[in-house]
Amino acid sequence: MRYLDEYRDPVLARRLIAEIRAAATRPWSIMEVCGGQTHTIVRQGIDELIPVRMVHGPGCPVCVTPLATIDRALAIAARPEVIFTSFGDMLRVPGSGSDLLSAKARGADVRVVYSPLDAVRLAGTHPDRQVVFFAVGFETTAPANAMAVLRAAEERLANFSVLVSHVLVPPAMAAIMESASVDAFLAAGHVCAVMGWTEYEPLAVRYRVPIVVTGFEPLDLLEGILMAVRQLEEERFGVENQYARAVRRTGNTFAQDAIRRVFRVSDQTWRGIGEIPASGLVLAPEFAAFDAAERFTVGGLSADEHPGCIAGEILRGTLTPLDCASYGTLCTPRRPLGAPMVSAEGTCAAYHNAGRTRQETS
Amino acid sequence: MCLGIPGRIVDRDGEMGMVDFDGLRREACLSYTPEARLGDYVIVHVGFAISVLDEDEALRTLAVLRAIPGGLDEISG
Ligand code: SF4
Repeated sequence: MRYLDEYRDPVLARRLIAEIRAAATRPWSIMEVCGGQTHTIVRQGIDELIPVRMVHGPGCPVCVTPLATIDRALAIAARPEVIFTSFGDMLRVPGSGSDLLSAKARGADVRVVYSPLDAVRLAGTHPDRQVVFFAVGFETTAPANAMAVLRAAEERLANFSVLVSHVLVPPAMAAIMESASVDAFLAAGHVCAVMGWTEYEPLAVRYRVPIVVTGFEPLDLLEGILMAVRQLEEERFGVENQYARAVRRTGNTFAQDAIRRVFRVSDQTWRGIGEIPASGLVLAPEFAAFDAAERFTVGGLSADEHPGCIAGEILRGTLTPLDCASYGTLCTPRRPLGAPMVSAEGTCAAYHNAGRTRQETS
Repeated sequence: MCLGIPGRIVDRDGEMGMVDFDGLRREACLSYTPEARLGDYVIVHVGFAISVLDEDEALRTLAVLRAIPGGLDEISG
């Protein structure tokens, strides 16, 4: 298809790989922030063809949604009056004891929706039920989730609410810049399609790291890596845009307006990473009536990760799935122990789907 | 859920439209891309168009990529 096939051309990919090999005089570490990018890099084996260390970032919303929030979702979904709606990839994320798919098998009314507006529609057609939507994600899903709340408010739907767990990417990148040694970043193209890249400009200067806004196809990633390597080699530290066909500097201001109307920035816990200041979104006070966490009281939430899971190190980019003793044995996409094994955007699942195996060190 | 893909707008009715993803058609909300016209390519995330593809920029990127010298095409993958 147009705008996809052209960016998958293997001949051009080989030329770009040759350019990267020629340009890189050092094994630079470059973090791709977004799980969609991780998926392409690992599936195509891009990281194995270039003399650059690709570090996989925290950019999978499924992976960083806090365990306590998953447990809260499970408790709400178990209530008989509730229709619990969610994006499909949240269903298999393990909470401390169970996941939404198992809850559904036990009789909870859990439904997958493609768009948050589908959940609003369900509330309209089921006035006798409480429809809860699991509003998770990065800046990419925030405009959609904001619109769902705006529509529900317009239609005065008293039986619709959202369980919000929204994370913001730039504060997480800043946290990684503080702690990890990554030389450059490929910023998530679609997050920037919404938010633009002005927030990254002070980060690039302050931490002296090139940041390249990058798309998701193999040629996008290779060109983004090449642009980052060239900056590093020339000791330039700025924001560049590889993904010019989809991203403008100021982003999508209509979408930003909706996000600002419906949400407020707050501190947020990232699963596996911990709390990052001003890195999340919660409902603005005027939409508090739509907050599922207020509407349904849930007690006794604890947050015990499976002891065999090293998701925190994986999300921070300090270890890879091949360093995890549970990878591929106790933990597989069919039976995930930790969130990064669940969605295709998770680093562990990306490795597993690409058939990468651990060297046994027995 | 973050995997946004480009599709072509084949029908538009106010805020909602029909987008064609290589043969698969899906409804999408176009509220955030009021400038999008029939035939435009948009990036769609969870049922919402978040960006209109700029065809000039798309061609420019491809021209840059195609201008990379091909003398090293024998490099094994
Ligand atoms: S392989 Fe499984 S157990 Fe290991 S870090 Fe990844 S999700 Fe956790």
